[in-house]
Amino acid sequence: MHLDAKIPSGPIEKKWDTRRFELKLVNPANKRKYRVIVVGTGLAGGSAAATLAELGYHVDAFCFQDSPRRAHSIAAQGGINAAKNYQGDGDSIYRLFYDTVKGGDFRSREANVYRLAQVSVEIIDQCVAQGVPFAREYGGTLDNRSFGGAQVSRTFYARGQTGQQLLIGCYQALERQVDAGRVRMYPRTEMLDVVVIDGHAKGIVTRDLVTGKLQRHYADAVVLATGGYGNVFYLSTNAKNCNVTAAFRAYRRGALFANPCFTQIHPTCIPVSGDYQSKLTLMSESLRNDGRIWVPAKKGDQRAPGQIPEPERDYYLERKYPSFGNLAPRDIASRAAKEACDDGRGIGPGGLGVYLDFADAIQRLGEDEVRSRYGNLFHMYEKITGENPYKVPMRIYPAVHYTMGGLWVDYHLQSTIPGLFVLGEANFSDHGANRLGASALMQGLADGYFVIPYTLGDYLAGQKAGKADTTHAAFAEVENEVRARLQRLLDVNGSRSVDSFHRELGKLMWEECGMARDAAGLQRALDRIPALREEFWGDVRVPGDSADFNQELEKAGRVADFMEFAELMCLDALTRDESCGGHFRTEHQTDDGEAVRDDANFTHVSAWEYKGYGERPVEQREPLVFENVKLAVRSYK
Amino acid sequence: MANATGTMRLKLHIWRQKGPNQSGAIKTYDVTANEHMSFLEMLDVLNQELIGKGEEPVAFDHDCREGICGSCNLVINGVPHGPQRGTTACQLHMRTFKDGDEIWIEPWRAKAFPVIKDLVVDRGAFDRIIAAGGYVSVNTGSAPDANEILIGKADAEEAFGYAACIGCGACVAACKNASAMLFTAAKFAHLQKLPQGRVEADRRAVRMVQQHDAEGFGSCTNQYECEAVCPKEISVTSIARLNAAYRRASLRSVEV
Ligand SMILES: Cc1cc2nc3c(=O)[nH]c(=O)nc-3n(C[C@H](O)[C@H](O)[C@H](O)COP(=O)(O)OP(=O)(O)OC[C@H]3O[C@@H](n4cnc5c(N)ncnc54)[C@H](O)[C@@H]3O)c2cc1C
Ligand code: FES
Repeated sequence: MHLDAKIPSGPIEKKWDTRRFELKLVNPANKRKYRVIVVGTGLAGGSAAATLAELGYHVDAFCFQDSPRRAHSIAAQGGINAAKNYQGDGDSIYRLFYDTVKGGDFRSREANVYRLAQVSVEIIDQCVAQGVPFAREYGGTLDNRSFGGAQVSRTFYARGQTGQQLLIGCYQALERQVDAGRVRMYPRTEMLDVVVIDGHAKGIVTRDLVTGKLQRHYADAVVLATGGYGNVFYLSTNAKNCNVTAAFRAYRRGALFANPCFTQIHPTCIPVSGDYQSKLTLMSESLRNDGRIWVPAKKGDQRAPGQIPEPERDYYLERKYPSFGNLAPRDIASRAAKEACDDGRGIGPGGLGVYLDFADAIQRLGEDEVRSRYGNLFHMYEKITGENPYKVPMRIYPAVHYTMGGLWVDYHLQSTIPGLFVLGEANFSDHGANRLGASALMQGLADGYFVIPYTLGDYLAGQKAGKADTTHAAFAEVENEVRARLQRLLDVNGSRSVDSFHRELGKLMWEECGMARDAAGLQRALDRIPALREEFWGDVRVPGDSADFNQELEKAGRVADFMEFAELMCLDALTRDESCGGHFRTEHQTDDGEAVRDDANFTHVSAWEYKGYGERPVEQREPLVFENVKLAVRSYK
Repeated sequence: MANATGTMRLKLHIWRQKGPNQSGAIKTYDVTANEHMSFLEMLDVLNQELIGKGEEPVAFDHDCREGICGSCNLVINGVPHGPQRGTTACQLHMRTFKDGDEIWIEPWRAKAFPVIKDLVVDRGAFDRIIAAGGYVSVNTGSAPDANEILIGKADAEEAFGYAACIGCGACVAACKNASAMLFTAAKFAHLQKLPQGRVEADRRAVRMVQQHDAEGFGSCTNQYECEAVCPKEISVTSIARLNAAYRRASLRSVEV
């Protein structure tokens, strides 16, 4: 298979304009004849559904939560990047582009990233017009803060609830289209498979989570914006119900899955407190604007933090990366924390923690100012730990947070199945091997508000509207497969709960495919996963039935997919025999523990093609060409 | 507080209801928890035990488990989201309870929020209230530069205070009239505080209130139980704002 990324020719600043001019258009009167399915109503799907409906298409939108407003995007805390240069501190589209390519450790596609930086500017305008209450200066202009991997202040924020405010803006735009009759919303509805007819995505099969009813939905194109797969690790900062099912089902139907091993471990999360733990809570990267990270300089120092004098503390990020300090990128900050803990200098229960200390900031700015910047995060921390971070430093540890890998898409955000488009965290496109903070919100909204409205039109212009319908044999076939699989899950009637399997898989993945990976460990995981999967299918217990509201059945289907997907991740991690960004192969590091890339052999995207259950998938490669940014060793020193 | 080891033995009285058209009842369960668990993790423990025994686990809505998505909705000992102010059920930790406690757990109760199963209710009415004008009518791509609209810090902060609503429905569950005025007014006030949102304010007030009533929510008689249980502590000043706008608009018989 030849992977054609459809990158426009010409200078990078002109590529998007050139392409927009070349794209075919659907005339306004014809738009309403086309039906588009959008699965997911987070920032990516919500913005796409609203905008496509504004343009005149008929949109069917789906989410598994009880309301589109509850998509996982709601939980994003810190902010959204945009190259507005409102602070006059030297920012520009080129700088945001450069920072993102470098932050991603040179494993992303230049043209996509440049376009992202270009449209970032419009996103902020759009959100403000919708009534998103971003933080302001006294003079009434928008305020900014800094995020990791950048030396300018380009992050727009709404206290520690930026994702919530952006999503509400997007949700309101979506509800406006529901009101106008152009979007039909299906909440509490889970897509369980894609229907491909004559090589094109023409619909989906869903399960109504309240009644259990399976339904067929036909469309002229299908857009997936179903989020990331961090929950393959069981414990992550993702909402409990985030999962890989939609993307994985599409993969099984022929969409290639790109760089599945690229996962992001976020350095600042509240540490695990016990084996009943159900999820991990992020403490936003924005805290690193004012908080200082440290561990005791001496191994095994058991004193309370306040008892450890300055000279006996190791502010290791400031020491190792003086020019970025506490704002070193996430992969680097996470590894440094792990290194300190592996060295016996971790703090708190089990020695798996480091301090994030606000004492200096409180002294410099006063407690009130610190409260106004981070109040809700401090509050959240105190609720979970019972400790007051205004008085004692926060204890934090890295946790799984985001997945850069995802379905392979071209410049138009189209997967390898024509008519199947993928947006937001669910695609692989912009972040390479490590995403910079505040760039996921930007990417989701860029994809949904400003890219897909153009590129989808180009595809639809070549399709006759309403060509097939749900009576087509392909629909019946997919529906039968979906039904049989649900029944099979219920019929096992074994002895172990879905959660117990999910925890076991997660632990395995964290140990062998987490912050540090090596060939031996990955091979161990590859040996164990198929066996665990067989145990699952032989011994899982799913109570209740399928014609009912059944949360265990929902979970079972998702975990079954994670069980297959985990193997793909490990295979990708094993095949990529280099370190880059969040993918740290211990075999490839410098003496002081920095990642060593192998540009000669791995300057490409690995996109995996499904070959059948239990069969080894085939790797396809998209070479990455750097014409504008020079491939260099990433340095934040 | 728990005993010395942090374990706590609890008696849970939980509303069980098989489906929308079946009648429900309280059932009692014993569970052993730990003071570091969150309230929902304690329910996870119970559910794992129920599955082990071959019984159906307790259905409840949840997702983010950090107080922002608005999914979780439990009435705990008679109070929506439980005893702690400014806290969602998922943010509640077991250290607020003590060894030997009995805890009553029930769903939101309101005509406009029919029970789907156990503790899960249908809150679709909230989306329909937003669809009836809870937005700014601006199409993608038609916005002016963001800094052309200056908004004072205080106004932005106040708007944010209203916009912080997570749409959980605790306000309805706490109200003896099952009114959703705090929810409706929070959205109205958020948009009214901002110049972008003021243009359509009158029409918005009328349509949202009409939809609120059509959904079967009761009217507000200024009891302010809603404000007391709101996990985001949204102020009832929003209701005064909405009422004033609604009256003004009705007098002018705004076209909706
Ligand atoms: C705690 C936290 C904080 C974060 N903070 C920031 C930040 O400050 N800045 C930043 O830029 N990024 C941040 N991120 C990352 C960012 O929030 C996400 O990457 C982004 O919101 C993902 O958006 P999305 O639209 O792609 O997917 P999501 O918001 O995850 O939405 C997925 C949607 O798909 C639906 N769905 C999924 N599968 C199915 C199915 N099978 N059938 C039907 N519907 C389905 C869901 O119902 C949902 O509507 C944060 C992430 C976390 C976890
Ligand atoms: S689960 Fe999201 S607010 Fe409680």
